[in-house]
Amino acid sequence: MSDHHNTDDSGPAARVKALEALLTEKGLIDPAAIDAIVDTYETRVGPRNGARVVAKAWMDPAYRKRLLADATSAVAELGFAGPEGGHLVAVENTDRVHNLVVCTLCSCYPWPVLGLPPVWYKSFAYRSRAVSDPRGVLEDFGLELPREVEVRVWDSSAEIRYLVIPQRPKGTAKMSEDELAAIVTRDSMVGVAKVEAPRT
Amino acid sequence: MLVVASESAIIATVNGVHDMGGMDGFGAVVPEKNEPVFHADWERRMYALATSVMGAAQVNIDEFRHAIERIPPARYLASSYYERWLAAAEMLLVERGVVTREELLAKQDASIDPAWIANAVANRGPAPIKEKSGSKPPRARFSKGDRVRARNLNPAGHTRLPRYVRGKAGVIARDWGVFVFPDTNAHHAGTKPQHCYSVSFDARELWGKSANASSRDRVLIDLWEDYLEPIAAKSTARSIKKRKK
Repeated sequence: MSDHHNTDDSGPAARVKALEALLTEKGLIDPAAIDAIVDTYETRVGPRNGARVVAKAWMDPAYRKRLLADATSAVAELGFAGPEGGHLVAVENTDRVHNLVVCTLCSCYPWPVLGLPPVWYKSFAYRSRAVSDPRGVLEDFGLELPREVEVRVWDSSAEIRYLVIPQRPKGTAKMSEDELAAIVTRDSMVGVAKVEAPRT
Repeated sequence: MLVVASESAIIATVNGVHDMGGMDGFGAVVPEKNEPVFHADWERRMYALATSVMGAAQVNIDEFRHAIERIPPARYLASSYYERWLAAAEMLLVERGVVTREELLAKQDASIDPAWIANAVANRGPAPIKEKSGSKPPRARFSKGDRVRARNLNPAGHTRLPRYVRGKAGVIARDWGVFVFPDTNAHHAGTKPQHCYSVSFDARELWGKSANASSRDRVLIDLWEDYLEPIAAKSTARSIKKRKK
C-alpha cells in the first residue's frame, strides 16, 4: 500500500521539526497554539460527535427533520462546528438508498462531526474506486448490498461536507440516546458500514 | 526530501495523478483496526502547523490544495497523506519568500544532501489580484432538475472538475448557493463567486453498462457553474439516440 505511513523514514520528522522551529523563530506561529490544535483533534473532536448527532436524529423526529434540512445548524445545536464544517449536509440511509461519501481529489471530510479521516479514507484505493465501484468497495468492508438498493456516492469536490445518517438497527427500540450514540460507528457515518445492534 | 520549486512549480497542469476517481490498480481498501488519529508525532505537528503555514504564506485553501497537486506524480504516489501536506507547506513558504530553502535545510539534520539545495529554483507565486468590491451575488443559471453536461475542460492549473465527469450528462440535484471559484482563487486571479450545484450522474453514464452497478446507482458531485453547460431538450434526445447506436 503506497499510501501507508512509512515509520522507518525519519525524513518527514526532521523536516517538520525544522519547519516548526523556523516558523517559531520568525514569530509566525505560537507553539502553544499548535499544541492546542493537536489536543483538539486528538482528544476532543472525533466520531463521537457525529454519533451523538445520529442518535439524536434517531430519537427525535423534529431534530432529524432539522438535520436533513440544514445540517450545519442542527449540528451546531449540539455544540459542534469548526473548520471543514461550514457547509454540512446530512444524507440518510433507508431500505432503498445507501449513501457513501468520498473525496476523489484529496481527502475532504466533515471534521467537526467525524474528526480527522482514517488512512483508508485517504488511501488511493478508496479515492479511486469509491466512485467507479462503490459496491466493490463496500464488499472490502464486508458489506454486500442487494441490487435493488440504490447506491448514492457523494464526491466531496467542493466545500460541502457530508455526514451519512445510518439506519437505526432493529432491536434497539428500548435503548436510550446515549446507548444509541455508543453503537454508532465512524464507518457507518461515512457509509461503508451499517450500525449493528449490540449482542444481548 | 524537500520538494523544490524546480520540480513542482512548472508542473502545474490540471490532469494530475491526484484526480483519482475511476482509476484502477490500487487494490482493496484495507481499514486499520483501532487506528490512532496520528501515526507519528511529526504527523501531529504537521497537521496543526498547516493553518499557520497558510497564514504565514498568505495562501488560501485552494492554493494549498493546488500545491499538493503540484507534487510530481511519482512523488505524490510515494508519499503518505501528511508527507504531501509537508511538501506543500515547504513549497508555499519558499515560493512566497517566507522562509528560504537554505533556512529550512539548515534547521534539518546535517545529513541533508546539499544537491537538493543546488537543484532548487526560487519561484514566487503570482501576485494577488484584488477583488472588485460591491458586486452583487451572481444569479443561478441552473435549477433543480435541469439536465446539464460537465464541460470538457482541461485548464492549466487548479480545478475541482474531476476527469471522470467531463463530457458526461447529469441532472442538477441541488443548488448549494454561491461559492468562491477554486480555478481562479488558487491562482490569485479573483474569487469569481458563482453557484455550486450537486449534480447527479447515473453510474452507467459514467462507467458504462458493464459497470458493477445497478441502473439506479448514482454519483453526486458538487460542481461550480463554470464547469457546466445546459443540455437542451432536443439535443438530449439526439445524444441518447446517438449513444444507443
